[in-house]
Amino acid sequence: MSVITSASGTEWEIVSGLEVHCELATATKIFCSCANQFGEEPNTNVCPVCLGLPGSLPVLNEKAVEYALRVGEAFHFTVPAQSVFHRKNYFYPDMPKNFQTTQYDEPICEHGWLEVDGVRLGITRAHLEEDTGKSMHMGGAGGRIHGASHSLIDYNRAGVPLLEIVSEPDIRSSEQAAAYVDELRSTLKAIGVSDVKMEEGSLRVDANVSVRRIGDTGFGTRCEIKNLNSLKSLRDAMDHEAARQIEILEDGGEIRQETRLWNENEGHTASMRSKEEAYDYRYFPEPDLVPVQPTDELRAHVRATMPELPAARRTRLMAELSISEQDARTLLSTDGLADFAEAAVVLGAPPRDAALWTTQDVSAHLNVLGGGATVEGLDPGLLVETLQLVSDGLVSRNQGKEVFAAALAGEGRPAQIVADRGLAQVSDSGALGAVVDEVFAANSAAVQEWRDGDDKVRKKKRGFLMGEAMKALKGQGNPQLLNQLIDERLAD
Amino acid sequence: MTSSPARLTRSDVEHVAKLARLALSDAEITEFTEQLAVILEHAALVSALDTSDIPPTSHPLPLVNVLRADVVKPSVGRDELLTSAPDAESGRFRVPRILGEAP
Ligand SMILES: [Zn+2]
Repeated sequence: MSVITSASGTEWEIVSGLEVHCELATATKIFCSCANQFGEEPNTNVCPVCLGLPGSLPVLNEKAVEYALRVGEAFHFTVPAQSVFHRKNYFYPDMPKNFQTTQYDEPICEHGWLEVDGVRLGITRAHLEEDTGKSMHMGGAGGRIHGASHSLIDYNRAGVPLLEIVSEPDIRSSEQAAAYVDELRSTLKAIGVSDVKMEEGSLRVDANVSVRRIGDTGFGTRCEIKNLNSLKSLRDAMDHEAARQIEILEDGGEIRQETRLWNENEGHTASMRSKEEAYDYRYFPEPDLVPVQPTDELRAHVRATMPELPAARRTRLMAELSISEQDARTLLSTDGLADFAEAAVVLGAPPRDAALWTTQDVSAHLNVLGGGATVEGLDPGLLVETLQLVSDGLVSRNQGKEVFAAALAGEGRPAQIVADRGLAQVSDSGALGAVVDEVFAANSAAVQEWRDGDDKVRKKKRGFLMGEAMKALKGQGNPQLLNQLIDERLAD
Repeated sequence: MTSSPARLTRSDVEHVAKLARLALSDAEITEFTEQLAVILEHAALVSALDTSDIPPTSHPLPLVNVLRADVVKPSVGRDELLTSAPDAESGRFRVPRILGEAP
């Protein structure tokens, strides 16, 4: 899977490490009490601290520390006794202070790992820092910085707490990279530290990509790819970048270490700046913030309040509900879906049916309602009652689907819907037997052809008789019983 | 005991000035190279001491864990903030043309 075969037939593999920036879902910013909120009017959540006005003093948000420790716990990090903040100096108007407060050589989390499809991928570190403001470039073509006459800055996002999670170069394919981000994302969401919306920028991914021939153990020169706004763009950009590097190397060229931007519309990466122009950030310790030494009490509180992580829950759901990994992933991909299925099981639904009907029919219901529809408020009892009607033979499985959809849509309890719609399946063998007799009498030629025919003819004629019987019952005959009765009559 | 670091050169000062976006004249570079070298040599005296038993200092204050509760307080009004900005447009800070890419 991870082998890339070039046009010349040489086998290559990707070597990649990812940097994931995750906005923490605190109520306030990391160093001031301004609201941390997406989508507000520009510059309405700013104050002297996040604007870096002279004389203002940052004070660290205790929730940001707690959330970083939750991440530490979830990804098996070592939490050093002390971490400190540094100033990363650069000149760009998205940081009004001309430096970003971040962690440098003493981060809050070190040496973690995440297991993806049975492979343990190392995570070098996770450190706290502040997000930057947003710029709009005016007067140029298409809002681009090139050719702009001036820029407008909104500092609402400046100072929003970020956790930068840096992986080891352990990733060997674009699929593995996407699976890593997906697992990281669902875990960050489950532990309640971020809403992890890639499209809103609360989860941002940069990929370091190099390639090497299969069998080589060293690392090639890497390029960093930015502007990856979805798992699809991550996969596409990595595959494209790997192909670009392979072509250069096979032509005898060398890879220039540089930062490249993924262009989603044109489907390629383009150079942004080379290593020679790379910034020297002149890191130095932030004198306005004192060291953080996570207390035993806080660490114990974090451990005691950790939820079941997605990987563990997936394994448990597969075992308890007798479902595939893919079904377990589907249950966990939408908020509340797995809870719904589990609640139905507690109320007495057969586990596997509860899981499969939830993945199919509850998902379909949410799709019909469209964006923003949630599982919240849907009654798992509706599924329990529907499955009971099916197992009692009162409705067929297909009718059950119709009843459940109507119940989810608020039409009433399943039994009431069956009555209102006249869906009750005919399971009375006396009534069904009478219908089968009528069908046999009216189609004696078909019955005779069945008796004279080979397997192929028999199959066809039997299907015809079943269809006629079902038609006479307006589709409401219990199919198992009907099949049984037809077989009995034919055997006579 | 460690040997004292190499003496600060003109090119070190030119590099740091460039990073700090400071335009220095030749005379200033000469002057600052001498002044900064004296400061660094003074600081280097510390390296002559045996510090193997002294833990590294991360901060001059004997404080750790100065933290704040995660509670929103009203921000300063936008109009007031933008009034003190050099320039503003559409509720945003207006800045001159940006040369170069984001870091
Ligand atoms: Zn603020």
